[in-house]
Amino acid sequence: MRAFYGIILDTPLMLGTAQYPSPKILADAFKASHASVATVSLRRESGRKQAGQDFWSLIRDLGVHILPNTAGCYTVKEAVTTAHMAREVFNTPWIKLEVIGHTDTLQPDVFALVEAAKILVKDGFEVFPYTTEDLVVAEKLLHAGCEVLMPWGAPIGSGQGLNNLQGLRSLRAYFPDTPLVVDAGIGLPSHAAQAMELGYDAVLLNTAVAKAGDPAQMAQAMALAIEAGQTAATADPMEPRDMATPSTPVIGKAFLT
Amino acid sequence: MKIDVNINGAPQKLAASNLFDALTELGFADAAVATALNEEFVPATQRRTCTLSNGDRLEILAPMQGG
Repeated sequence: MRAFYGIILDTPLMLGTAQYPSPKILADAFKASHASVATVSLRRESGRKQAGQDFWSLIRDLGVHILPNTAGCYTVKEAVTTAHMAREVFNTPWIKLEVIGHTDTLQPDVFALVEAAKILVKDGFEVFPYTTEDLVVAEKLLHAGCEVLMPWGAPIGSGQGLNNLQGLRSLRAYFPDTPLVVDAGIGLPSHAAQAMELGYDAVLLNTAVAKAGDPAQMAQAMALAIEAGQTAATADPMEPRDMATPSTPVIGKAFLT
Repeated sequence: MKIDVNINGAPQKLAASNLFDALTELGFADAAVATALNEEFVPATQRRTCTLSNGDRLEILAPMQGG
């Protein structure tokens, strides 16, 4: 099992904490999912309400690894500053580095991503870069010092599944020793299972669970699918064929024509 | 004499002259927050020596839901 900066995760599910109908439903979904990582963010805090403090208390009680993100950052400077602020608040060197290029697709700006990753690695961060399946970008991220890659399955929150299956497969084949996480685009348990069947090390999802009619039930379904996909990947799946081959033996078949 | 500081995008008057005292004045003394002054991160260890001036832009960020 591949380690994430020295950490072997109990389960290969990283679950987001946004968009749940209530804090209780968030906590219930986490319990049902058996997720081992929670992604969190930073936003402006009001002195009177201080909603962030209650949220932080809830997340700490989950007893999972914390992965802060730089969601919503569009420049290197913004992402690097946010990462520093997150490290102080969440007391972890882990950072899910997002540098967004487009507002419509939330596609990563991979040029800025590599630049920000270089800076943050030098500053002692353990970077989880939200990237595309591009092999050259992946190589540059690893050269920058990233030890994990998190290619998108599809645009964030779209629920489209794995849009470039062959690209994700190539990434797995090209970087056999690097922990890989499909981050974003998962809509159904079958998508999560597919990512794990490809030999990915974890899946990061949020909206598919939070926006389900029953988030806890969907969280459980995701956990089952991820376990099935992971088990299948280690069972050495068969190669697909273009033509049919009979599974029932032909030898001994009666001559009845 | 109070100073005018823009805090999280809204103008506000502060009696405090350094960042540490400002956070206390604003009710964040024991809160898990991170700060940036004029777009630069200010670590918690430097808040007492970080002086505030008229027109400064202060960001106070706290844990929030994220994906």
